[in-house]
Amino acid sequence: MSISAKDVEHVADLARLDLSDEEKDRFAGQLNAILKYAEKLNELDTDGVEPTSHVLPLANVMREDEVRPSWPIEKVLANAPDEEDGQFKVPAVLE
Amino acid sequence: MSLTKYETVIGLEVHVELHTKSKIFCGCSTSFGAAPNSHTCPICLGHPGVLPVLNRQAVEYAMKAAMALNCEIAEWSKFDRKNYFYPDSPKAYQISQYDQPIGQNGWIDIEVDGKTKRIGITRLHLEEDAGKLTHVEGGYASLVDFNRVGTPLVEIVSEPDIRSPEEAKAYLEKLKAIMQYCDVSDVRMEQGSLRCDANISLRPYGQKEFGTKAELKNMNSFRGVQRGLEYEQMRQADVLESGGKVVQETRRWDENQGKTFSMRSKEEAHDYRYFPDPDLVRVHIGEEWKTRVRATIPELPDARQARYVEEYGLSSYDAGVLTASMKLADFFEDSLKYTSDAKASANWIMGELLAYLNANNLEFEDVKITGQGLGEMIQLIEKGTISTKIAKTVFKSMLETGKLPQQIVEEQGLVQISDEGAILSVVDAVIAANPQSVEDFRGGKEKAIGFLVGQIMRETKGKANPGLVNKLLMERLKG
Repeated sequence: MSISAKDVEHVADLARLDLSDEEKDRFAGQLNAILKYAEKLNELDTDGVEPTSHVLPLANVMREDEVRPSWPIEKVLANAPDEEDGQFKVPAVLE
Repeated sequence: MSLTKYETVIGLEVHVELHTKSKIFCGCSTSFGAAPNSHTCPICLGHPGVLPVLNRQAVEYAMKAAMALNCEIAEWSKFDRKNYFYPDSPKAYQISQYDQPIGQNGWIDIEVDGKTKRIGITRLHLEEDAGKLTHVEGGYASLVDFNRVGTPLVEIVSEPDIRSPEEAKAYLEKLKAIMQYCDVSDVRMEQGSLRCDANISLRPYGQKEFGTKAELKNMNSFRGVQRGLEYEQMRQADVLESGGKVVQETRRWDENQGKTFSMRSKEEAHDYRYFPDPDLVRVHIGEEWKTRVRATIPELPDARQARYVEEYGLSSYDAGVLTASMKLADFFEDSLKYTSDAKASANWIMGELLAYLNANNLEFEDVKITGQGLGEMIQLIEKGTISTKIAKTVFKSMLETGKLPQQIVEEQGLVQISDEGAILSVVDAVIAANPQSVEDFRGGKEKAIGFLVGQIMRETKGKANPGLVNKLLMERLKG
């Protein structure tokens, strides 16, 4: 599998990144190098090995359904770019 | 009518908020209506370095819901990140389930036009809800309230087995009833605890392949779902009839205009890049856990409906209406602790109660009548204390005040007059005052008696025992 500048453009678009043509080419090359490195794993015989969804051999780590204190509103909004009426204010999102 | 040529194919995606006390991955409260952002913390706000921990109750509610929908329960389940940018999602991903949902391959039965039909359930998975956006007047900014972020949801995806907007509505009603019976959600569409998106396409009858579908959003009531789908099937039929092609897109239902509009979203090419959430370990659902959860599922609507037919001799339709809402069914059964006349109780509910709710646009939860009240009122009718006519007044008063019938009867002086002497004196007075009607009756005009009875009932403010009135009046007129 090979990554084209077009693929980079798509992924950049999903990540809201605005890349120049030069960057798209450069990142395509870098991503291909990474994929090629990871391809080494294909040399292993993984028949009969279940796909790993998590590296920890744990299951069922859960908490009971108990309400705990939330944060005070000042702390919640401390990093908000802008606020109004206790809410985060963001550029208009139109449907 | 171009619709006759095409078969409608509908699949529904329903989101149901689970009514846990705390959120799915943190301890913030899930209660509705709090001040904006007052139920948030670093975990649900998606701050760096925090770790979500799964709420056991949310998993059990999801299992319970899946079991009630006849799903197979996964032995191993996991959570995945669904990546997208939108201000309602602080992490820029939603924790959801991709390839190992809690439940799969279920079904429910619906009834439309007296026919039972089975609708397949593709899957039920657990995920977190998003925040709420409101748009500032003038449209230059949006405000975000993250209280709802992290409320546990189950998404229930149906097979494309639904063939009409009516079936879609019946499916939703049944789904709502089952969730209500299982007590996993408040299922109130107006509060957003039940939400529905629909996929709809048309194909010529006989064609196997599905046509191109549109995804319908923003339907805020069961009625809205039905109307939105009705509009959309006509729109697609018109497009096909005029030789055009249906475009695959998301369309927004506008309740006020009664139309759907293309959303032309840039995100149309969904690319969520799901991957397992490394912050959460797998869930193993063993037999013992399953058995324990299964034991908490009560008698479900279909079983209860069948029992009403069997046990109380109700029609399947009546039993269906009574059991469509668990609270209504509980109310009905409560009344039977006070009367053995199940049919009378059912009739009062199907007639007076539902008419009152419809006329006043209320839910059953909004009226105050108790099962004891209804049961005792039926007793009072049986004993002849009140007439059926008076009972309607008593019933309405019970709806509004929740008082017991005996008290209402006493307070309002509604006891039926069954004393022959008392009635006779009114009968005589009415006969004396209406010689013309008396003559008409004696001259063969049977109808005239209705007028006289009406006068007697008026004189006694409706309290005279109607049977006695008829009997005594006839005796006087013929005697």
